[in-house]
Amino acid sequence: MSADLIANVVIAGVLTGLVYGLMALGLSVIFGVVRVVNFAHGEMMTVAMYAATVLFAGLGLGLDPFLAIIPVGAAFFVFGYALQWVVINPFVTRPEHAQFMLLVAVAIILVNALLAIFGPDARGVQTDYQLDSLAMGGILIDKTRLYAAGVALATALGLLVFFKKTRVGTAIRACADNHLGALIVGLHVRRLYALTFGIGAVCVAVAGCAMVALVDVTPSAGPAFTLLAFVIVIVGGLGSMAGALLGGVLIGVSEALAGLLVAPSAKSMFSFGLLIVVLLLRPRGLLGRKT
Amino acid sequence: MTRSGRALALIGALLVALPAFAGTYALSVATLILWFAYAGQAWNVMMGFAGQLSLGHALYVGVAGYVAGGLFVHHGVPPVVGLPVAMIACTLGGLAIGSLAFRFGISGVYLALLTIAFAEFTRIGFDHLAWTGGPGGMFLKVGRHGAWDLLNFRGPPIMYYYAALILAALALALCARLSRSRVGFYWRAIREDEEAAKALGINVFRWKLGAVALSAAMTSVAGVFSAFYYNSLFPEQVFGIHRSIEIILGPIIGGVGTLFGPILGAAALTLLSDGITESFAALGWEISGIKQVSYGVVLLRVVMFLPRGIWPALARRLRL
Repeated sequence: MSADLIANVVIAGVLTGLVYGLMALGLSVIFGVVRVVNFAHGEMMTVAMYAATVLFAGLGLGLDPFLAIIPVGAAFFVFGYALQWVVINPFVTRPEHAQFMLLVAVAIILVNALLAIFGPDARGVQTDYQLDSLAMGGILIDKTRLYAAGVALATALGLLVFFKKTRVGTAIRACADNHLGALIVGLHVRRLYALTFGIGAVCVAVAGCAMVALVDVTPSAGPAFTLLAFVIVIVGGLGSMAGALLGGVLIGVSEALAGLLVAPSAKSMFSFGLLIVVLLLRPRGLLGRKT
Repeated sequence: MTRSGRALALIGALLVALPAFAGTYALSVATLILWFAYAGQAWNVMMGFAGQLSLGHALYVGVAGYVAGGLFVHHGVPPVVGLPVAMIACTLGGLAIGSLAFRFGISGVYLALLTIAFAEFTRIGFDHLAWTGGPGGMFLKVGRHGAWDLLNFRGPPIMYYYAALILAALALALCARLSRSRVGFYWRAIREDEEAAKALGINVFRWKLGAVALSAAMTSVAGVFSAFYYNSLFPEQVFGIHRSIEIILGPIIGGVGTLFGPILGAAALTLLSDGITESFAALGWEISGIKQVSYGVVLLRVVMFLPRGIWPALARRLRL
């Protein structure tokens, strides 16, 4: 096995991993602030992917999946905001198993609504640049994968700036740090929670549009994405933004290498193995802070 | 006899007499309900009593099924012997996972994700083992269909029904006894406040581990039952996250930590899902997915309006 081949696979793993990381970032932001684990996260991802295929092929618009990010992202923000405001908010103070059940119900509805509307067959988008690649020495980089990773990285950086520099972002971080304190200083916590869920949903929307440029989607892909997002945020550190991206890259590379060296069907076994090791040795994740 | 005691005796008598007037289909639905009631009760020992959230109970269903099924298929060992072996294997597995998790202070969401990780890890591993038949599945040979052969867990549907009924009744009796015993109080103390329980001198680590081991052992029986009921095992089906979710839906909908919650929840959900199937079939709507969407919507409403489960609300209404 040549070094070029391994380098190619690792680079592809890093690029895909950044898209995974953005998806997981949504989960991490929601958990870090609202303290609810979004068990419907991967299902929301598949909804975004389907939305991108519809905008591309279904309505005769031919909208590029990377441009579909804008309408899909806007729709997901509204959806996430409303979901938190109406459905999830009463559950914020309830035990974990009740939150789990609520989001499992949401996930069941999303998966099967997709199944009812689109049927069980895989769908994807065929752009005219999907086979283009950049060559550097012996290394080939998919253009689509590069765009997807770039979009993911840009979105993550945008979020980082939002949380660090803006007043609303600071207010959201205040809610995450000290719920009671945030209430005392007069923050509208319910609205900030809904806003956070909306932002998490936007991460999923962007990641979904980028992902559908790389792989096809079926309604049943949801649970696998949910598990993938869990693995990534735990490895990186639940609630840490940089951790989610780092976890995404690690899992992306581990999947790519496992697919090359062992068997493609065994790739997520390594991710779960990594998850078990990280949970036991560093339960707060690689970049997680002690709470 | 108290009012609730009489009600329980009446329901028990009805269930014992059910095969006399129920058809094959109704009997299979009843068997399924009892299976979920039993498995839910087993999960409830860990979550409802001791407060340790597991989202990976399919692990024990699957490992037990494969141990007893594999011994039967590859070595001709009857499941009467395979069942205790499977129980021991699952108990050891539960102890290993539990001691790792509790030694490192993992609880809540993290424990839930750890249990999912172990179940998924095993699922993919079993997909790649020759001994299990991989994703193509393992098939248990059936001699003569419907003939009685208790040593090999073979018989007509009525045998499976009574086996499930006995399991569900035993689990209920065990849990009722445990909840009034010293251990039951230890568990609830740990569930409510682990630090306070520790301060009272309860060996928190040991009792949490005990809950996991008992829950795993009980769940393993359900796993062996379903392996020899369906006579086929596929990693995707027995270990999948959807299987873990199915097991815990009943107790959560019925009422976590209650004795009758798992039974009521299993009955409500199975009847709901079958009722939806039947009514959509009657309406002639054959769109795949519609059924599960309605199921999800009902589930969502129940969770939103009865957050503590059906049983606590019902018990208050009936003044039990």
